[in-house]
Amino acid sequence: MSDQNNNSIAFVATETIPESPPPARETGVVKWMRENLFSSIPNSILTIVSLLLIYSVLKNTLPWIVNGLWTTSSLAECREILDGTTGACFSVLTERWNQLIYGFKYPVEEYWRPNVAFVLMLIAIAPVLFFDLPRKLLIFTALYPFVAFWLIWGGTILGPLVALIGFVVAGAFFQKFGRNNFALGFFGAVIIALIVWSVGGAMIPEGASDNALLPAVPSRDLGGFMLNMMLGLTCVSLSVPLGIALALGRQSDMPLIKGICVVFIEFVRGVPLITLLFVASVMLSYFFPPEATVDLFLRVVIMITLFSAAYIAEVVRGGLAALPKGQYEAADSLGLDYPQAMRLIILPQALKISIPGIVNVAVGLFKDTTLVSVISMFDLVGMIRGPILASTEWNGVYWELFGFAAALFFVVCYGISQYSQWLERKLHKGH
Amino acid sequence: MKKSVVFGALTVAGLAAGAAAAGTLDDVKARGKLNCGVTTGLVGFAAPDANGEWMGFDVGVCRAVAAAVLGDPKAVEFVPTTGKTRFTALASGEIDMLARNTTWTFSRDVDLKFTFVGVNYYDGQGFMVPKELGVSSAKELDGATVCIQTGTTTELNLADFFRSNNISYEPVPIETNAEAQQQYLAGACDVYTTDASGLAATRATFEDPSAHVLLPEIISKEPLGPLVRHGDDNWGDVVRWSLNALITAEELGVTSANIGEMAAGTNNPEINRLLGTEGNLGEMLGLSADWGKNAIMAGGNYGELFEGNIGESTPIGLARGLNAQWTDGGLIYSPPFR
Repeated sequence: MSDQNNNSIAFVATETIPESPPPARETGVVKWMRENLFSSIPNSILTIVSLLLIYSVLKNTLPWIVNGLWTTSSLAECREILDGTTGACFSVLTERWNQLIYGFKYPVEEYWRPNVAFVLMLIAIAPVLFFDLPRKLLIFTALYPFVAFWLIWGGTILGPLVALIGFVVAGAFFQKFGRNNFALGFFGAVIIALIVWSVGGAMIPEGASDNALLPAVPSRDLGGFMLNMMLGLTCVSLSVPLGIALALGRQSDMPLIKGICVVFIEFVRGVPLITLLFVASVMLSYFFPPEATVDLFLRVVIMITLFSAAYIAEVVRGGLAALPKGQYEAADSLGLDYPQAMRLIILPQALKISIPGIVNVAVGLFKDTTLVSVISMFDLVGMIRGPILASTEWNGVYWELFGFAAALFFVVCYGISQYSQWLERKLHKGH
Repeated sequence: MKKSVVFGALTVAGLAAGAAAAGTLDDVKARGKLNCGVTTGLVGFAAPDANGEWMGFDVGVCRAVAAAVLGDPKAVEFVPTTGKTRFTALASGEIDMLARNTTWTFSRDVDLKFTFVGVNYYDGQGFMVPKELGVSSAKELDGATVCIQTGTTTELNLADFFRSNNISYEPVPIETNAEAQQQYLAGACDVYTTDASGLAATRATFEDPSAHVLLPEIISKEPLGPLVRHGDDNWGDVVRWSLNALITAEELGVTSANIGEMAAGTNNPEINRLLGTEGNLGEMLGLSADWGKNAIMAGGNYGELFEGNIGESTPIGLARGLNAQWTDGGLIYSPPFR
């Protein structure tokens, strides 16, 4: 056989054939399209239909965006210039930019304060979000709420200072006594903080805010996307610890604590957020005298926090329930008491499981902050629905304004969701 | 602990509310600011401009009262209220007066315990249709689809009107005015019905206002005016006569332009009484003698406020109609300053 072959072959290549590029249909864009878009007849049909759909959407929106006007002073002027051709009237965004971001009453010359607070916020939450950063940064995070409060509301620096001292003293007390006796440490710290706040609050002289370094800005003057950010950030950061406490309380063996937590969670989950907001804005003003009302912003923060805490509690409870019983028993067998077992063994694992759920609640909560527009607070949506659409210049501009609001919210919410996915990958240890 | 705080606050609230109800006028003077409830935004009636300054027809009333009481039209804290929060804000004392397109009705006056001090705009429910529909009267609307805001008196008025005229319609329920504009323009309904001033304002924002007509029928009475709480008649008088001062000023030809020379004294004793150069009307109200002058200078007389905010020279373009002075065949009428 081999002989025959040797004789009958007229030509044998002495060198290897140079590598030729793969066939056109097996490489590059063509291959990708063949595999992903046209792999079968139904898929091809779907692809073509989708392309047509995308084209028909873009055909109308692209000229609208590209032709958009940015510098006119009213909708009528926009229409005059466009003269029947399609085009957006983005001028409303440029003219009312400050109102959309800061609300219409925040003093213009003080805009730098929320801006600084925003930049500091990025620094403050960085160590919370990214564990690789030096832990010393957490000190700044702890100080941030007081700094931000002072920057945004202004007024005397004594107010936030007293609040800070209260926390520091309470923390020191807890450090000293809480190690051995959690209950003594915790309740003692709470009582001490209350004493510091009431004594310190009484010591702040009347009218201290009048000539403060930063002029005081009342809560009613806050607005725009700034208000959404503030509400969202405050409520998320307050409701996570509260939600964890509620979830632990619900699992407690003590009937009273368990009862309170169950009633609270089920009550709040059974009531729509908007009714809670109405209670905050309308009903509470009946209870308090007109000149001594609790600040509306604070009332709303409390209501939204309670609301989302109940949801986070249920998410965390799911995480706790998902832990194998052996983990609890392991903690017990090590001789750890309840706070230690929770802090060192149970919660780290349970919270890891709960991350997607907590992020879900956080994103929902952030978007729910737009509900405050129905109780006449001028958040981003409130600004659009109220003052801007009610002005004679801009009445009738809908797509541009609501599209802008949607884009702002999308950026933030998508960011949160990307972060949570990154965090899940990072915490995934792989069993 | 929390409970005792709440109960304590309740007690204090009860006491303070009793004390506060004694003299809103004194409260306002002591505070140096008038808390005036307005809408969160209604074209021409109340809305902040690009600089955050509140402008509008209802806002003008607030400023006039502030000028009359405090001498400064800028001494107003505008408290934006929605249709849902406005009455509680007034009843709880959060605001001293409400100037927010509120229809004067029996139940609001009697049952909710408010005092309507007058009417600054006579409105009524009207219809808007596209011109190409070729309709010239609301009675020709048999079988039409009608965009209507749910939960409002307009909904009930509409049902009454169609039933009494024995014609049928199909309602398209909508939530807000903005939604209504979109639905109407998109052709989801043949007719849009709401207050005539709202229709005019809405039409003014259309790309081609001339393609839409307002039908002549007005099917309801919507007298809009400022209101205060029951129980403080002295404060009610202050607001009532501040509004009347604006109306009387127009009737007597006192404008923000000529008020300077008129305040020096005129031959017309009523003008002199209005502007405080004669008589002691201000003292009777517990205000300074030039309260009427201040109120008028805040934004002009009634006619000037109307023309500047919602009149025919503005994009809203409302005709005076019912809101002309009684001497011109309208309903705007002030009792005499005597």
